Parts: sequence; C-alpha cells; structure tokens
Amino acid sequence: MIRIVHYINQFYAGKGGEEMANLPPEKIEGFVGPGMAFNAGFKGEAEIVATVYCGDSYFNENEGAVDVVMGLIKEENPDIVICGPAFNAGRYGVACGTVAAAVREQLEIPSITGMYEENPGVDMFKSKTIIVKTRNSAAGMRDAVKSMVPLTLKLAKGEELGTPAAEGYFSTGIRKGLFEEKRGSQRAVDMLLKKLAGEPFETEYPMPQFDRVDPSPAIADLASATIALVTSGGIVPKGNPDHIESSSASRYGKYDIEGVDALSGATEETAHGGYDPVAANLDPNRVLPVDVLRDMEKEGIIGKLHRYYYTTVGNGTAVASAKKYAEAIGKELIADGVQAVILTST
Amino acid sequence: MKLELGIIKICDMQFGPESKIEGSTVFVNKEELQKIILEDEHLVSCEIDIAKPGESTRIIPVKDVIEPRVKVDGKGGVFPGWMSKVETVGTGRTNVLKGAAVVTTGKIVGFQEGIIDMSGEGAKYTPFSALNNLVLCLEPVEGTLQYAYEKSVRLAGLKAATYLGELAREIEAEEVRTYETPTLIEGIKLYPELPRVGYVLMLQSQGLLHDTYVYGVDIKHSLTTMIFPTETMDGAIISGNCVSACDKNTTYHHLNNPVIEDLFAQHGKTLNFVGVIITNENVYLADKERSSDWSAKLCAFLGLDGVIISQEGFGNPDTDLIMNCKKIEAKGIKTVIITDEYAGRDGASQSLADADVAADAVVTGGNANTVIQLPKMDKIIGHIESVNVIAGGWDGSLRPDGTIEAELQVITGATNEMGFNRFSAR
Repeated sequence: MIRIVHYINQFYAGKGGEEMANLPPEKIEGFVGPGMAFNAGFKGEAEIVATVYCGDSYFNENEGAVDVVMGLIKEENPDIVICGPAFNAGRYGVACGTVAAAVREQLEIPSITGMYEENPGVDMFKSKTIIVKTRNSAAGMRDAVKSMVPLTLKLAKGEELGTPAAEGYFSTGIRKGLFEEKRGSQRAVDMLLKKLAGEPFETEYPMPQFDRVDPSPAIADLASATIALVTSGGIVPKGNPDHIESSSASRYGKYDIEGVDALSGATEETAHGGYDPVAANLDPNRVLPVDVLRDMEKEGIIGKLHRYYYTTVGNGTAVASAKKYAEAIGKELIADGVQAVILTST
Repeated sequence: MKLELGIIKICDMQFGPESKIEGSTVFVNKEELQKIILEDEHLVSCEIDIAKPGESTRIIPVKDVIEPRVKVDGKGGVFPGWMSKVETVGTGRTNVLKGAAVVTTGKIVGFQEGIIDMSGEGAKYTPFSALNNLVLCLEPVEGTLQYAYEKSVRLAGLKAATYLGELAREIEAEEVRTYETPTLIEGIKLYPELPRVGYVLMLQSQGLLHDTYVYGVDIKHSLTTMIFPTETMDGAIISGNCVSACDKNTTYHHLNNPVIEDLFAQHGKTLNFVGVIITNENVYLADKERSSDWSAKLCAFLGLDGVIISQEGFGNPDTDLIMNCKKIEAKGIKTVIITDEYAGRDGASQSLADADVAADAVVTGGNANTVIQLPKMDKIIGHIESVNVIAGGWDGSLRPDGTIEAELQVITGATNEMGFNRFSAR
C-alpha cells in the first residue's frame, strides 16, 4: 500500500477562512476535505495516512514554518506527498510549491501539486515538482483530483510520466528523450499544415526567455587597464593537461602566460572539436591573441595583459554550464583587479 | 522536373570473385575496388570490410555514409561535379541499392567522432545500423595535408558508391517511385486552393570536416539558391561533414532527404510543394545576415505560404536558424523549424544558443548531451582510441572492458535535424 501525506491549508482543513490564516502547522490522522476525493480515487492502491495543514499567512510569514511542516510529514514515512491543489490562490500556491519542493529535496521522495496557470507558484516551482494544471477555483476540484490521482500513483511507483501535454502538468523544463511514433520530418509537415490552417499545434520546444547581457561601458583609461583573455575556443597547453572535453566541456582551464610573448604551435593547441583546428594549431594566437596584446602592452596602449588566461570549449556545451564557468571566472578576475576582458569565440 | 527511383532491395553483402548483384545480395570484388580507390596519390592503404545489421561491430570514426545509386535514364550522372559532369540531374530514372551503403572512415583531425554500432543500445539511435555497409578504412600517404586527406576520403566514398551503383545499371527494378515538381505556373494552375510550401535546407559550411558541396561547389562560397527536390536524389548535394556526428547530414541523408520525401507525399493533396531553397551556415556574421536575407527573399519571391527549415549542426548555426526563421516569418510566411538540443547531461539547460518568439513551431531530434552506455563490440572497424577525445566523449569514456559511456552526440545521425529519426525530447 502506497503511503501518502496530504498537505493543505486551514481553509480546506475546515478550520476557517482568512480569519484563521495565522494558524500554525498541525497534523491529523487520515484525510480531510479534498483528501476524501483523492483517497476514493486511489481505489485501495494508496492511502492518505495523514494530513498536515497550516494557515497560508502563517506559512508565508514564518520562515521556520516549512521545517515544522517537513518534520510532521517525515514522521509518517510516506512514499509520496500531495500538496493542495491550490488553484489560483497565490499564498497557498507558494506554500504548496515550497512543501512539494522540500519533500523532493530533503526526503528524496516524489511530490505533486496542482495550480492554475496564473498562480505565481507555477513559475517558482514547476522545475522542482510536478504541478498539474487546474482551473482557477475550487469549482475545478473534481477535474483536478481526476488528473492528479493517476500521476500520483505513477510517481509513487517510480514509473515514467508521459509528456507534459499528454498528462496535463506544467513542463518541468527538464528535457527528456523519447521515441516518437512518426519521424521528425513527418511531424514537421503535420505541424506546418496545422499552423497554415490556423489550427492549434504543440511546439516540441517552447522558446525560452533569452538572456541578453548589456555590454559594460567603455574603458576610459585603457593605458592603465589590466586586460584578461578568456576564450571558448579551447586553446590549452599542448597535451590538454586538464582534459577539457572537445565538446560539452565539464570544466574550464586557467593557465599562466607570465613572460610569454606569443603562443606557439609548439606549446599550445586547441581542444575544441567543433571547428577546423588546422590554422589554430599552427598559430594559436589567432584564437587567443596573446601576441597582439603583448605588442599593445609594449606600445603602452593597454596597461598590461593579465597573468592568466581562462579557456573552455564552447562546442556542444550547455548554456547552464557556460554560465556557471563565467560566474566563477568573473569572480576571480574582479578579485585580481582586471578591468576588462577580451572574449574570443570561434 | 520528374525523376523515377528504381528501388533494388539489398538484404545481404558478401565479398566474392566478381562484383555483381544477384537477387538481393551484393557481391564485391575487394581487390578490384581497392585498386580503384588507391589510384588516389594521397592514399596509402584501403582496408575494406563489411558490417551487417545485428553484428557485434562498431565503426569509428565514420566520415560519411553514401547510398549507391546509378543513373540509368535521363541527363547527367550521379554525384555531379565529382563522379559525373556538372550537367543538371534530377530527371529520368535512377536505380537505388536500398539497404546498402558505403561507409568511409579515416582519422583526419584530432577530434573526430561518428560511431555506428551494428547492434545493441547504440544501434537504436543510428539509421545506418539497419544497412549492409561496405566500410572503407583509408590511410593517407605520410605528410599528406589534412585538407587533401579529407578530400581523398570524401572522393573514395563517392567512387565506391558509384562502383556499387553501376552493378545495378541493367537491373529492372520491381518497385519504382516517381517524384515530380511542376513549374511555378503549372503548380498554381494545378493546385489553386492548396497552400504553397517550400523547404529551406540549411547546409553546414564552416571549414574542414564542416563543409557541404553542391554540384562540386563548396556551398560556403555560394549565395542562397534554389534546387529541384529531385536533384538531391541524384547526389547533387554531398557531405564533407562529420564532426559532432549526431546532427550532421551524411550524403545518405541528402540522397534520402526525409523532409523532401514527406512533402512529396503530401504534394497535390494537402499542400503544393513548390521547391527547395539551399542556404549555407558560414562562420562570419555578414555571411549569416546575407544568407538569411536571401532565404527570406526567395521564399517571398516564390509566394510561399509556409516553409519547413532544417538546420545542420548546433551552437553557431543556431544563429543562422533563428535568423532564417524570424526573417521568413516577418514576410508573413509560416515556418516550422527542425533542430536538436544541447540541454546538458541533466536536460536542465536552455537547449539552443539562440532563441526568438517567432520560432513558435519547433520539431526536435532530441538532446545530444544525453549520456548513453554502449556495450563492448567483438569487432572494431577503424580507430577505437578516438573515443576519449571525440565530441561527446571524455577522458575515460572508453572503459578498459571495451564498453563506452558517452553523450549521444558521438553517434552518427542520432539527432539528425532533417527529421530522419523518431528520437525526440520534451
């Protein structure tokens, strides 16, 4: 029998409306309110063993509330936790999302909740738990229970969920592989015909909000500035001592160029697997222009070239990884008093 | 323009004293073919092997896969600009050895991948595990420059495919598939009610092992242009392209372009398939801007209502893809794009290096960063030690027991962006 703990707010626990929203966390045995419909839906396959409830104001205004709730849940040793559904109630949504995310993180068991698409909890928590799409008010409770019950059972049994569109939950943003029935070109033709006919169609990859970075203001006094070289073109000491991958790099390298007037094909090479490496291996300065920067240093155009260069491979490297490396490199450069960076790509 | 493809089914491939096709079996005289291949002054050796579906065989690093074809009627010959003169192809009849392929391998640059496993987990992801492959392992004369070596391997594949294709010259195919594209005016008259649909075929053109050739022309030096869909079936477009092998179009893909096949299948029924626009993916910004301007201009000039855009490669070409998409949409022409994803090994990262709201209809060939486990194979054709340094592998990818843990991007054609496969992601 699958053991379930249900988290709800004071209203659904029958303890009162807004006037009781300051109620601290409590627990009762078995189910109450919407839990009744859930429990019936499980048809004996699963059972709500306890219900934890908390006032929405109390939860959102008291930092420690989530820990108390988690303590109460943990005691029951559940297989999965259901939160809400919260429909379009903002504070309740945040509470459900917070608890559902904490369950996954701390107890390492699945959790599920339900919300209306405009609930602020959706954007905050959709990557951290499974949020089923619901209507905007409790009038949608029957439908919500109907879609949450089978997903709850699948999650508890460790079964793979279908696609977000097929199963009615918000995309978690985690891309998962699958084999489709039709090949890609056929799906493209089908999608185009729908788009041309003005019929609804479902894109297989919703475009993300793209992260645009404004350039920093120009350096006023270049002659006293320290300039660093950072590249995604994969220039590394010959032999690639840190084994930076030729694609999908899992790391970046930091190398000393103190006293080096120019890179050379004898001492450097590219680790990058995504471009024609012949010219770069003959003259690595064309990807990481140490020679030109040294000239400018001598001519007094720049103050100096930073002692270390940083390098990784951009080829097939996830944006999230690139962002992580950039943050770490940026911190070091600032700490080292570097005023500007020349970023070279390929 | 009308082309008939005579389909000759090949179910087996064997070496024999005489090269011939008997029933559904191809027999290959190894020595005779070797002699032809080694006429090339840059090649010192040519090992020839056969890899069949279901065998415990791994081919690495794969450079190209080519389907043998022969022009039996009509103008020109297959692979114009290389194996035949540059006369326009795409008419008459061409015989196809369906089920057979030539696979070339050769270690040309430091990081060069492309695995075809003939069985096991890896075989699920590459369409070439289902073919009877004649594999050429080609080694260069010492001191040969990489560019010359690449060209020699590229041509060796075309020569071998032409050699096999010739064996089918006199065979009467049991199945004939007909493809026909009317002129613009005829198309409008024939199908006045149907939406006019085009195909923008993006071709990788970033340099060594990233190039594509059309009638012998390196496409990086070409403006965006047009081609009849049937021309591609005669080898008008060939691949010089294999690194990050999962989403590079082999010559086999160009010969069997699935977007072209599926648009032809709907032609005259739900849409009017007007034609194919080919455009490059160069590294310079000015080239990207010019080429995508021209794609959009040609789409508008043809009066298209809708367009399918297929990408080749990832990262840098994501920019070309998004430029093409938003400029064509800005002309009031509806688009669907086919791409693949680099969402990180955990699938949590943004999938493309560029994005735009205009790209609201996307088909994906899956996440190339997905980590897969490949079993040990009894037989290796090529250079197995490549695995630790190829795109998608890492130091330790090749385990001492011969198994491999690597990203899906190591497998030839696994996340093809013409939509050749059923693999995808959500």
